[in-house]
Amino acid sequence: MAKRTLYDKIWDDHFVTSRDDGSDLMYVDRHLVHEVTSPQAFEGLRENNLKPRRVSSILATPDHNVPTTSRDNNVDGIEDSTSKLQVMTLDENCNEFGINQFRLDDMRQGIVHVIGPEQGLTLPGMTIVCGDSHTSTHGAFGSLAMGIGTSEVEHVLATQCLVTKKQKNMLINIEGAIENGVTAKDITMFIIGKIGTAGGTGHVIEYSGDAIRSLSMEGRMTLCNMAIEAGARAGMVAPDEKTFAYVKNRPMAPKGDLFDKALKYWKSLPSDEGAKFDEIFNFKSEDILPQVTWGTSPEMVVSIEDEIPHTSDKNVLSALNYMGLKPGTKIKEIELDQIFIGSCTNSRIEDLRAASEILKDNKISKRIKKAIVVPGSGLVKKQAEEEGLDKIFIEAGFEWRDAGCSMCLGMNPDQLNQLERCASTSNRNFEGRQGYKGRTHLVSPAMAALASLEGKFSDIRDL
Amino acid sequence: MAQISNTYSGKIVCLDKANVDTDQIIPKQFLKSIKKTGLGPFLFDSWRYEDEGYLGKEASKRKLKNDFVLNNKAFSDANILVAKENFGCGSSREHAVWALKDFGITTIIASSFGDIFFNNCFKNGILAIQISKSNLDKIFSKQSVTKPLEISVDLVNQKIFYEKLFEENFEIDPYRKKCLIEGLDEIGYSLKYENEINKYEQKLRKERSWVINE
Repeated sequence: MAKRTLYDKIWDDHFVTSRDDGSDLMYVDRHLVHEVTSPQAFEGLRENNLKPRRVSSILATPDHNVPTTSRDNNVDGIEDSTSKLQVMTLDENCNEFGINQFRLDDMRQGIVHVIGPEQGLTLPGMTIVCGDSHTSTHGAFGSLAMGIGTSEVEHVLATQCLVTKKQKNMLINIEGAIENGVTAKDITMFIIGKIGTAGGTGHVIEYSGDAIRSLSMEGRMTLCNMAIEAGARAGMVAPDEKTFAYVKNRPMAPKGDLFDKALKYWKSLPSDEGAKFDEIFNFKSEDILPQVTWGTSPEMVVSIEDEIPHTSDKNVLSALNYMGLKPGTKIKEIELDQIFIGSCTNSRIEDLRAASEILKDNKISKRIKKAIVVPGSGLVKKQAEEEGLDKIFIEAGFEWRDAGCSMCLGMNPDQLNQLERCASTSNRNFEGRQGYKGRTHLVSPAMAALASLEGKFSDIRDL
Repeated sequence: MAQISNTYSGKIVCLDKANVDTDQIIPKQFLKSIKKTGLGPFLFDSWRYEDEGYLGKEASKRKLKNDFVLNNKAFSDANILVAKENFGCGSSREHAVWALKDFGITTIIASSFGDIFFNNCFKNGILAIQISKSNLDKIFSKQSVTKPLEISVDLVNQKIFYEKLFEENFEIDPYRKKCLIEGLDEIGYSLKYENEINKYEQKLRKERSWVINE
């Protein structure tokens, strides 16, 4: 039998049939739904008198529009009427079609890409889709997970399949021990800096090498989360003992004999020795230092030791103009106004532990106007509080918030003011992303925490 | 699915920027809409207007930015958007395509596209054409700020003609082409394969029953 990659194996096991127009139907095991990209899809179902084909494959939750300051008034606490309508529309659609939803008042509510793995809904070898580009996160479990548009959401609801063509295989291999202070976030940003935001277009990326193997499941989620920022719809890491230990006993994971049966299958998934990849990149861990973005695209990134590059490229100069920065400025000289710790990239318990470790017995700089920490789910929040992390954040001067996407994209009231500069653990530094005319620098949770103490970027390795 | 003509010509407007992300095409505050229509006035909102927009804001009362190409009156009836590499990268928001469509764009030409955006275009009857960087550069070098130039598209034969400068063949997946030409109902088309989906699920229940978490 031909040697196959992890992606090849998942593709083969989810191939339903070829349509006579040359496209393929790929079966979808899990479908995550949130309030922003689903209303038009449900409306489409109603217009065509259709129903979701397999309701048990779906988990819904509101995350983009939700307030993070208080949940006391539930949905009525959403001040913006259009945001409120969107959350209420999700409630109505889930009621009408019998879809399992973690509502705003549910302890398990949170960012879709945090709650899927947390609940054991995300399992190795699965195909997972969501109307959200950061669905690539779930690839950390050795699943094929990709973001889709709303038309595709409707199609998956109605048919349980995605119309697609097989993509190319890309391998990104990173060998060597990671330096202390360097995190999965730095690895994923480093890769984007090297291959560019279109480097992975048309490919599924498999990340491998001992640097990747050494990452925790949380770290692997951070890594795969930003595969889309390298242009790839899906990124993945082969499942191993860490993966199996993480999913075991999760509420929605298989139990007993069924778990053993699944485990046997999961162990067959890693790429065969000698399987063919269309493109291969090799990087060395020793070259990866803590990363900071300086522009308006995730590929505009350098290490904390660097300065903003000199350039004559007008796209780059336009980005620098937006950012209020000049070529040659040292990253360590960039002063900040706000700090955001959260998002589907970095809002899990490990991220909060890493940040709180830096903040313990310290106070944030007087320069910092606002610093917020937004746990990825109600359960992450609860666990952090059990560990006393909330107190560390609050004593340092951070606001301790409720779960949601929050200032990653500012669909709720958590936004930068005009021209404010933010050290953010999120995934996109696009113009206006965190607020109209706001300026975003992407960093790891530890680097964001350190920046909050100094009021500017500093090297975590100097601690 | 919207149908488009087999051959057509249109005026072009060139957006001279690489890596245009969907956050720029339609900023986040407009994603709160629960409809697919009415987003045209907010297309490229932050680049087009001097002020910050919100859903329902009256476009005619807003001050336009003079230096943004879509605000040039010469291009007000352009329906072909020519952009640079990696157009539509980032967020999966189909609202970006709905906004372009509502604005009147039928065709987008670039040297490469973000994968999800590219897919979303075809689902809404917008033809996204990938052409060589050298020909894209030719279009940009000949563009005029006063008189829009025309491009002709022959979808059946997969060719574009740009004035007298060049013609180029373009690639398009057969299923996307069929959908555009025939205006197919994508879900209806897939449901013709319901037997195959049923068979797949029967096999799934035997081989990987943990997937069916009922």
